[in-house]
Amino acid sequence: MLGEDSTPHPQERSRREQSEDPEFLQLLDPSGQRVARPELDRWLADVDGEGGARVLAGLYEDMVVIRRIDMEATALQRQGELALWPPLLGQEAAQIGSGRALRQDDFVFSSYRENGVAYCRGVNLNEILRVWRGNASSGWDPFEINMATPQIIIGAQTLHSVGYAMGIQFDGADSVALAYFGDGATSEGDVSESMVFAASYQAPVLFFCQNNHWAISEPVTLQTHITLAERAGGFGIPHVRVDGNDVLAVLAATREALDRARQGGGPSFIEAVTYRMGPHTTADDPTRYRDANELEDWAAKDPILRLEKHLESRGLLTQELRERVAAKSDEVAGVVRNGVITMPEPEAMDVFKHVYATPNSWLSRQEDHYRRYLAQFEHHGASAAGHVSGGQH
Amino acid sequence: MTATAVNPSGQTPAEEQRAAAAPSSFPVEPDPGTRRLNTAKAIQEAIGSQMEQNPEVFVMGEDVGAYGGIFSSTTGLLDRFGAQRVIDTPISETAFIGMGIGAAVEGMRPVVELMFVDFFGVCMDQIYNHMAKIHYESGGNVRVPMVLMTATGGGYSDGAQHSQSLWGTFAHLPGMKVVVPSNPYDAKGLMTAAIASDDPVVYMFHKGVMGLPWMAKNKRSIGAVPEEDYLVPIGKARVARAGTDVTIVTLSLSVHHSLDVAEQLAGEGISVEVLDLRSVVPLDREAIVASAAKTGRVIVVDEDYQSFGLSGEIAATLLESPDARGAAFSRVCVPDVPIPYARELEYAVLPTHARIEAAVRAAVGA
Ligand SMILES: Cc1ncc(C[n+]2csc(CCOP(=O)(O)OP(=O)(O)O)c2C)c(N)n1
Ligand SMILES: [Mg+2]
Repeated sequence: MLGEDSTPHPQERSRREQSEDPEFLQLLDPSGQRVARPELDRWLADVDGEGGARVLAGLYEDMVVIRRIDMEATALQRQGELALWPPLLGQEAAQIGSGRALRQDDFVFSSYRENGVAYCRGVNLNEILRVWRGNASSGWDPFEINMATPQIIIGAQTLHSVGYAMGIQFDGADSVALAYFGDGATSEGDVSESMVFAASYQAPVLFFCQNNHWAISEPVTLQTHITLAERAGGFGIPHVRVDGNDVLAVLAATREALDRARQGGGPSFIEAVTYRMGPHTTADDPTRYRDANELEDWAAKDPILRLEKHLESRGLLTQELRERVAAKSDEVAGVVRNGVITMPEPEAMDVFKHVYATPNSWLSRQEDHYRRYLAQFEHHGASAAGHVSGGQH
Repeated sequence: MTATAVNPSGQTPAEEQRAAAAPSSFPVEPDPGTRRLNTAKAIQEAIGSQMEQNPEVFVMGEDVGAYGGIFSSTTGLLDRFGAQRVIDTPISETAFIGMGIGAAVEGMRPVVELMFVDFFGVCMDQIYNHMAKIHYESGGNVRVPMVLMTATGGGYSDGAQHSQSLWGTFAHLPGMKVVVPSNPYDAKGLMTAAIASDDPVVYMFHKGVMGLPWMAKNKRSIGAVPEEDYLVPIGKARVARAGTDVTIVTLSLSVHHSLDVAEQLAGEGISVEVLDLRSVVPLDREAIVASAAKTGRVIVVDEDYQSFGLSGEIAATLLESPDARGAAFSRVCVPDVPIPYARELEYAVLPTHARIEAAVRAAVGA
């Protein structure tokens, strides 16, 4: 049962193979030069054409602003103003490139890390942070921005996205459902099963996998021996592996996949190869399990740097643009900080809200009982919860 | 399960060998001594010691290796035993729990960690239709000596899908034992017993009793633990504090809050007995009935949902017992709502000191 085995453990393999990443599609090389890729170029007519400066400036602004929001949220957590925060640092191109390809009537199902996508959907930033502050049990209204409540049960949202896509199909609409998930999530049965259904019913869904190389402390090599994009091929789903730090490659690939779905061509799978430059969440310390060198390598591939180089090479990184983007970042960061600090506290009786959509007599009885319990404290001015810090008194 | 030769005691050679390796000779609940550990370290020590003595014991789960378990249940084991016996798995709960079952059937003694009990939804088929039923469906021929270790409970703003207790759900389903330690001493003794058990054991530790620096401080999550191996028998409750006016029947982190309340009210002359269940399956009904018969008043404090669970089962136990039938009964549980993320709201539903105190006062009319 137990013996010496010379096969390297997946954790070991990771360290060795990380640098030997198989090919992906790139439209901006590391020096920021636009690379021709006939299969994707046609999706970038607006970027390459006359109005290109405006489109590129927009993508640049989004990426800088979302990084600022992310860093502000991380700082707020460090200062005790948020309970937790899952940074997206390093994944700006993957999220903005895909998020900006969407139409308003498309519907997004994401994990906890896609706050850049939520930004593209026009979320009120305080509605993202309300939950992470621990002031509310829910954030934005999904139907206001066509983006579901972020999913923390890994992979579960891929099933919802396929079901939603089948609904679109029944309605005869041409919108698309998107599932965002991570490299780690691909190992969940739910994700494979969602691909079975997407393929069988040719549902208008896009599986957008951000391979950021880590699932908490586990490297992507523990999840797979082939590229994640190739997995989709096994289900008969068209797939592409793009450089997820190249915003143009992500934008083009997403547009292509969305178009396929709108034309009745069914599901697609995009693997965006990127890197989680921060911790898994602010509660995590990645130095416990990953090499500092690895982070350095990826810092050199920073998606914002890449776009800056490209803008520079086209003479578009003007002082005016830099200033405008910096001013917008400051403004948004201010909104975030202020919103968090002045957020109203919830009321204890709120706990009984929204459990059922229709009345439940037994829960109403519990609610009455709880109201009477709370009434005991009115004279003392004490908190009903009381002794919040683990029973000290 | 290929061995067919059977010895006079009815065991196959493989079973006999396993029985020899089983640590049945460990002392039962010895004196705790003076060395102090937190609960996380007590669990690590129990698993590490069993791994040292028995090559069949191994650990598997998400982030159990270099990370040492999200709640530090496996810290240090990778360094001591290597990646073959402390296995980081892909994010596939159905797969690694199902494979734990397969390995247990083959004769191993896996300790499989499900990172949060809330994720049982992903993999419950393997747990209750397979882990819990293989022994039954094989006519008793196949055993599944597996420990399913998992983190439970709330109190630190982790939301509706990461804060549940759910022991009542597992206890409802026949075929698996369910243990819920509240302190370091019981954590080590129950883990040793769980690994030794030939039944599958669901080992549920509350994050709040682990003694982790980033959780709310809690003095009872550090306590005296013997250095040697020992057993805390599965299915035996413990009187954590003796009293005469009212009995609090409780478990896990709620034991700590109940003891705090009992200490406080002792100053007013209210004598509270606190019974720490330690196991939910089997439930120590004798201990519950004995205490109820003594005090005549029972309050169940349970961090699980109120309805259709442990508290109702205890009420039924009292009703079914001639000795305790007249006992007054009340309960402090999580109302039938999801656990809120917001701190204020979460503490409104958890069984806090304030809610327990109010229930005791109501019970004794003070
Ligand atoms: C079903 C389930 N299993 C395990 C977890 C614990 N968990 C939370 S995040 C995470 C890693 C996910 O990694 P990945 O899919 O790569 O996404 P990333 O965090 O890198 O964005 C794990 C295992 C969970 N939330 N749900
Ligand atoms: Mg990942």
